[in-house]
Amino acid sequence: MENSKKQLISPDAADQLFKITTAVCALLAAVVMLGFFIQLFWSSIPAIKTFGLDFLTSSEWDPVKNLYGAMPAIAGTLVTTAIAVVIAVPLSFIVAMFLVETAPPALSHTLSHAIDLLAAIPSIIYGMWGLFIFVPFMQNQVQPFLANTLHLKVIPLFAGEYNGFGFLTSGIILAVMILPFICAVMRDVFRMVPPVLKESAFGAGATSWEVTLDITMRYGARGLLGAIFLGLGRAVGETMAVLFVIGNVQKMPTSLYQAGTTISATLANNFAEAQGVFRSALFELGLILLVISFLIQVLAQFWLNRVSRQMGEK
Amino acid sequence: MLKSTFKLIRKEQMNWFKKTAGLSIVAGLTAVSGFCTETINGAGASFPEPVYRVWTYNFQKATGTRINYQSVGSGAGINQIKSKTVDFGATDNPLKLEELEKNGLMQFPMLMGGVVIVVNVPGVEINQLKLDGETVGNIFLGNIKNWNDQAIAKLNPELKLPDLPVTVVHRSDSSGTTWIFTDYLAKVSAGWKKDVGCDKSVKWPVGIGGQKNPGVCNNVEKVKGSIGYVEYTYALESKLPTVMLKNCDGNFVKPEISTFQAAGANADWQNAPAFYMELNDQPGKDSWPITGATFILIYKNQENKAKAEAMLKYFKWCFTEGAQSATNLKYVPIPETVFNLVKSAWDKSVVADGKPVNYKSEE
Repeated sequence: MENSKKQLISPDAADQLFKITTAVCALLAAVVMLGFFIQLFWSSIPAIKTFGLDFLTSSEWDPVKNLYGAMPAIAGTLVTTAIAVVIAVPLSFIVAMFLVETAPPALSHTLSHAIDLLAAIPSIIYGMWGLFIFVPFMQNQVQPFLANTLHLKVIPLFAGEYNGFGFLTSGIILAVMILPFICAVMRDVFRMVPPVLKESAFGAGATSWEVTLDITMRYGARGLLGAIFLGLGRAVGETMAVLFVIGNVQKMPTSLYQAGTTISATLANNFAEAQGVFRSALFELGLILLVISFLIQVLAQFWLNRVSRQMGEK
Repeated sequence: MLKSTFKLIRKEQMNWFKKTAGLSIVAGLTAVSGFCTETINGAGASFPEPVYRVWTYNFQKATGTRINYQSVGSGAGINQIKSKTVDFGATDNPLKLEELEKNGLMQFPMLMGGVVIVVNVPGVEINQLKLDGETVGNIFLGNIKNWNDQAIAKLNPELKLPDLPVTVVHRSDSSGTTWIFTDYLAKVSAGWKKDVGCDKSVKWPVGIGGQKNPGVCNNVEKVKGSIGYVEYTYALESKLPTVMLKNCDGNFVKPEISTFQAAGANADWQNAPAFYMELNDQPGKDSWPITGATFILIYKNQENKAKAEAMLKYFKWCFTEGAQSATNLKYVPIPETVFNLVKSAWDKSVVADGKPVNYKSEE
């Protein structure tokens, strides 16, 4: 019965159709990306016309007078991302090192899964945990300890009043969030180093640290950098977790204890109700965030190419 | 091999097609059945949302008319009614007559309620702390930085206030509650009026922001030495200590339904064009100074007569049958005299097919 059915299209045509379909789907990604840029740019034209380049440098944010500047949000995004990367990268490195080099296989296996699970936690959970557990902990333990016990308050970075909210808290939460991503990639990179290389180094009398530094890191430099950029990209755009703990005020960062905002938090807070120039200014902020993410990608590609070229020469 | 795979794929596709077709027929039927009983869509203010939720539920149970209300915020409510994506908009900050006229809209008050100040200061219990407008203004301006400040101590000789930095908590999103609160501050504090002003979101001189009413409650609860403002119901739910305020007549009043009512009773709706009314800092010895009304926006010229009738019947029901559930939730219903004003405004300006909308009888 089935055999008697006539083919609707010949296999050749089907093949062709398949090719076209895949090409269209792949192109769609590029079109969507371009569409985002055009749409965001289009919607930000009123704000660009009103504020010009001052938008990028102004730290004014006054909805009553309809004056907006992107500087506090941009600075907040960069500061929280920087804190997150500074904390998460060395930690992930150590954890990945432990998992691959020193941990007993059973423990390594279990811990690997635990870290992968950490990556699966939705960001809103981090936000809630941050607000209910971590913020009071920061206010009552960490911040007084850093400021008073370690006398770090003489440095402007740790000066001023603290209430648990702010850049430091957000940065630490972001660090916990991006750690599993960086760690997972680093772990895989370390595993890819051919054992024969490491064994010969050990044979030549190198210590564990020397093997790590000169063999593993060098062999996996490309992958390690990739891991860092992966984390960076995630931290830049993270919204919900930051929203809960950053304090949401449009102020330039002067101290890590201070409350501030990020681009994504500003958007999440204001989009529903914004009108006119305010709305357009938010679109422009979105455009800036997209450009920052784009720049990170470009920078990552550029850097990776350079590193691999250097490695090739050696 | 390849052929059979293709056949399989086609078979799968046919199955999928049949399923989808079935689904779309079901969807079509639901859409058709939706026309039998009117569905009315509204969006806007989150300040009265607890009451609107109860009203829509009870009204549907009583009459079968479905009301969808999305509490997306006052600004979004205004946007959505202007772009005609909803049948009515709800806002906490009234629109001025000119703006209403320009868009062919009419506005009427639906409910009144109080915004209260909550604090988290060790040793301060509910309604113990007394503040006046000037002091609240200075706290939110950042001029008063510590709870042991002279200005606060002078108003509270019987309280022992700790040496603790003040953390101001405000809304991070744009909000009608913020509009009511900053309007109050602008009325009672000259410094606030000059430096900050009044809007749904403002340039806060100090403090940290929380998302919506629950976000402000959470932040106040978590930060020792904090002070924030929320809609009264949220303060009750979170059990945070509220603060007594000095009103226009110079009395310290507690935030409770009777003082909100007192503030509402003194308002002169009769002479308010387009029901534009700010209830903050009203005279009267028991008036709570931060009281606001929340408003409904509808088009004067209704395109669908049946829908217009159902909608006005719903609002009429809210004013009459719904009043008790509003009181239960600690909001203040609109008094009957004001409802009569609203009714005559409906009769005068709301039309469908060129005729006034009949909301009175069941037929």
